[in-house]
Formats: sequence, C-alpha cells, structure tokens
Amino acid sequence: MGTAQFQRVRSNPLFKELCAERDRLAWILSAILLVIYFGWVLLVAFGQDFLAQSLWPGSVATIGFPIGVGVILSAIILTGIYVWRANTRFDDLTQKLLRESR
Amino acid sequence: MRRAYWGLLAAVSSPAWAADAPAAPASPPVNVEAIVMFLLFVALTLGITYWAAKRTHNATDFYAAGRGITGLQNGLAIAGDYMSAASFLGIAALVYVNGFYGLVYSVGWLVGWPIILFLIAERLRNLGKYTFADVAAFRLQGGPIRIMAALSSLIVVIFYLIGQMVGAGQLLHALVPQVGYMAAVIIVGVLMIIYVTFGGMKATTWVQIIKAGLLLGGATIMAVAVLAKFGFSFEALFAEAVKIHPKHDAIMHSFTPIGGKPNPLESISLGLTLMFGTAGLPHILMRFFTVGDAKAARSSVLFSTCFIGYFYILIFIIGFGAIVMVTGNPDFIDPVTHALRGGGNMPAVWLAQAVGGDLFLGFIAAVAFATILAVVSGLTLAGASAISHDFYANVWAKGRASEQTEVAVSKIATLGLGVIAVVLGIIFEKFNVAYIVGLTFSIAASSNFPVLVMAMFWKGLTTRGALAGGYAGLLGSVLLIIIGPTVWVKVLGNAAPIFPFDFPTIVTLPLAVFLAWVVSITDNSASAAREKDAFDDQYVRSQTGLGAEGAASH
Repeated sequence: MGTAQFQRVRSNPLFKELCAERDRLAWILSAILLVIYFGWVLLVAFGQDFLAQSLWPGSVATIGFPIGVGVILSAIILTGIYVWRANTRFDDLTQKLLRESR
Repeated sequence: MRRAYWGLLAAVSSPAWAADAPAAPASPPVNVEAIVMFLLFVALTLGITYWAAKRTHNATDFYAAGRGITGLQNGLAIAGDYMSAASFLGIAALVYVNGFYGLVYSVGWLVGWPIILFLIAERLRNLGKYTFADVAAFRLQGGPIRIMAALSSLIVVIFYLIGQMVGAGQLLHALVPQVGYMAAVIIVGVLMIIYVTFGGMKATTWVQIIKAGLLLGGATIMAVAVLAKFGFSFEALFAEAVKIHPKHDAIMHSFTPIGGKPNPLESISLGLTLMFGTAGLPHILMRFFTVGDAKAARSSVLFSTCFIGYFYILIFIIGFGAIVMVTGNPDFIDPVTHALRGGGNMPAVWLAQAVGGDLFLGFIAAVAFATILAVVSGLTLAGASAISHDFYANVWAKGRASEQTEVAVSKIATLGLGVIAVVLGIIFEKFNVAYIVGLTFSIAASSNFPVLVMAMFWKGLTTRGALAGGYAGLLGSVLLIIIGPTVWVKVLGNAAPIFPFDFPTIVTLPLAVFLAWVVSITDNSASAAREKDAFDDQYVRSQTGLGAEGAASH
C-alpha cells in the first residue's frame, strides 16, 4: 500500500463507476427515507383527521396504524435494499478494482 | 406540543418518575425473584469479563474487541445500546398514557439507522481505528480536531450517563425498596468499572449482546401473551383498550400527546435531532470498529435496524396490553395516592406480573436493570477512549505513547468516569434530568454528525472550517437548550423561554454546516491546500477499504 497504489485505483475507470453507483444509491435511498419520514411528521401535524379514520367501516383501528408500522418497515426495507445491492454488486466491483490496481 | 414533548422525554429518559413515586408501603415484600435473576446476570457477566480479560492483550483488543465481532453480534450489541431501559419502560409508559402517540414517537428513533448505513457505516470502518475522531482527523490537523471531537464526545457521554444513573437508582429503588437509591447507583458504577477496565470492548460487547437477547426475548413473550389473550387480533386489543382507557377514543385518534397541539417546526426539529443525533453518538459509532471489515459494518446496521424496529412494535403491543391489564388492577395501584405503584414508568413491569406472575416480573425487572448496566458500560468505554486515544495518545503524547500506556490511561479514565457518573447520579437524584436526552442528541446531531459527514464527503473541508462548524454546533446547542423551555423555564424558573423550541437542531445543524462551509472556502492557508490534496487518497480508502485497519491476527 502506498500513494502509487492509491493513484492506480483512482485512475482505474472502475473506481469512478463504483463511487458513482454507490453514492447515487445512497443518496437516492436517503432522499426516499427523508420524504417518507418527514411526510409522516407533517401528516401527524396537519393530517390528523385523515389518520384518525377507521381502517374499515366500524373498526377501532385507524388508518394511522398501518401507516405508522409502514414507516418502521420502510426503514428496514430501505436498509435491506442497500445491503443487498452492496453485497451483490459493490463488493464484486471493489474486489475487481483492487485486483486490477495491485 | 412543547409541554407534550417534554412530557414524553421525561417518560423516555426515565428520571421523571421520582416526582410521582412516593415512598413504598410500610414494609414491602422482598422481590426475591428479581434479586436472584439479577445476581445470575451479574455472575454470568462477571464470568464473561474474566474470559474477555484473558483475551485482551493489546489496544485493538481493548478498544475494538480485536475486530473479531461478527455483523450479527454487532447488530445485536448496537441494538442493545439503543434499547435502553428508558426506551423499554419509557415508550411503553408513553403508550400506556397516550395510546397511539407512542408509535408516532418511536418511529423517530428508528429512522436514523438507514442514514447511518447509507452515509456513514462503511466509510467509518474503512477510515477509523478506535474512535470517530480518527476519521475527522484523517486528513485534518489531528490536534485541534481531536480536542473538539473528544470534547463533544465526553459531553455527550457524561450527560447520557447522568440520565442512565438516575434511572438506575430510581428503577432499582422502585423494584426492590430495600435497596436505597445511592446503593443502586454505586452498584451500577462498580460493576460497570469492572466490566470495562478488565474486559474492555470484548466484555462490554458481550454483556450488551446477552442483555439485548434477554430483552428481546422477554418483550416477545409479553407481546405474544397479550396478543394471545385477544386471539391475535389487533382490532380486539384496540377495542378493549378504548373501553378501559380513561380517555377512550382519544388513544386511537390522537397522534400527538393527548391534549397537545402540534407545531410543525418543532416536530421537524425533533425529527432532525433523532435522525441525525443517532449518527453522531460516540458509543454507537465506536461499535463499527469492532467488526472485521466494511461489509460486516454494513450488515450490523441491517441487523440492528431489524431488531430495533421489531422491538418498537413489541413495545407498542406491550403498552396497549398494559392499558388493558394494568389499568384499574388494584394490585398495581398505590393504595394511598391511587397512582401507579412505583411511578409512571412502571406499566411494562406490572404487565410482566399480570401475564407471568412473580417469576416473570423478576425476570423483566432484572433485564431492565441489566439494560442500564450494559448501556452505561458502552458509554463509559466510549468516553474513556476519547480521553486515552484522542486526548492522551494523539494530542498530549503526539502519537508516541506505547499501546500499554494508552490502555492503562484508558483504564484510569474509566475509573474516573465511573466515579464521576456515580457522584453526578447522586447529585442529580432530585433534579428533573429529563432534558438530558434532548441535549445529548442535539449535540451529537449538530456537532459530531456534520463534521463527520463533511470530512468524509467534501473535499473542500479544512481544519478551520471543521472547527468552526463543530464548535458552533456544540456551543450553539448547549446555549439554545439553556435558554429554551426546558432549562430556562423548568429548571431556572423563568416565565418564558428566550428560544422557543426544546430541540435546537433545526437551527444548530444548518448553522454548523454553513459555518464549516464558509470558513473552509475562505481558508487559503497552505495547510488547507494540503488537506484538500489529501482528500483523494482518503476517498480511495473510504470507498474501497484499501489501507483500512485490518482484523486482528489472533
């Protein structure tokens, strides 16, 4: 390991590909999460009447229940998507890049 | 909304129950089951500490468990750090009082985790060694940057410790009235010092893993027992709860604390605090150095997010179960005050007795106490590392200290922090320390988080910029909390707050980012140019793990 090897990694087109792909996914998923979470925060602030509707005619459970649980599940699903993509794509790309730049 | 938020933080950060917990009845029965279970837990964890001590030979073992923790184990440990007694008892109590709002509230505590995964976890593991200050100091000037990072870590750790110690004293005193508050605080302090000084990160991690397993197992049993009573129908559970709860329908229809008015700006500020504060907590960030590589760091976040999300859903069910089974049950009502026995944070504990009798009550009580012990240990290790690794080894000794001396300093620091925590725990017994969780999360979100993310992602960040942003976030959040409703009005007794929100993050986080940016782009010094040049190699290492600290060889 030395500056020369870092130089080789940097000039390898795979490096640009890896960074671009991973950063794009990370920022897209972050943006989705922000929209979901702050959407929920604003819904709680402004849309209480909507959230308080019965889930089906006469039910005690409200629409807010599945939506709230949905926000929790969406956090788990988004992390799952990132890990799946990283394990199947980014790790391979990194291995290949490091092999080529040795 | 403001009053409501503090109400919930009071519940969640656990200390508020002292006020409404009058002395126990004249001669309460000794809770033998709880004591036996707790002694079993202590025996087991001391055994682990002995095992870990024999396997802790160098600094990497001590700070980072030899980097031999797997993704699943680390995920459990991180979840354990996050599932404090405050969130277990506090959020269940919040559901018990406010119904649905408890779910609304717990959502905020989960959404920081994906952010940690997407932006921080892998890069942190690739760049750091033992503390998150390693990452900020990677290409910036180590001395001033580490002083700032270690300072804000220590402030977060010490305030967080106060909340936990006060909670421990009150919890143990409520469960086993024969043990005094001060004795409980000292027991926690002594055990925590033993775990950390002898077993280092290995013991701290395994104590946390075991506790997380016990807590998830216990909570699962309670939630299943509640649901089984209603034929696994949420609708039936909700219907019964609405019938029994004194506020009836409101527990399903109110998505803010019952009677509170929502303030969108304040809600957003709370959201920012929870989301980004999690990503700046030193004891959580430190766990990412205990795994072998970036891939394991990544999977730890997935596991911890699953465990924590699952846990919050259980807590919601447990809270509704308590509405149905604890409300109005004479066993759980104080005959004199007609309030809940042991104080407002006890619904989950009494529900344990309602579904599983004394034995299960003892189990849950012991788990709740073990939870505090485990969280306190992780916090103390993070604080001790800031002192020994950042202040002592890198700033004071300028990197020339031997590993042995550094670890020795860390152990002395642990002892010191333990004593400080016990003393502060005793001093703060009668204080309302509810604002403390808000304070720690606000500092973490406004100081640690922006500096860390900008150092990793933005080539233009210079030492001066990072210092300006970091100190502005740190001092700004402390100042705004002091002149905000909680301290200015509730602690100091003034009529109106100078700053309107409890959580200043909506102001301090943008302020920190802005100052870091402005000061960096106007910094034309030679050192700034060198720091920008060094970004390219840092970027390669953060993205590929090239040159990252490897797993231990033994």
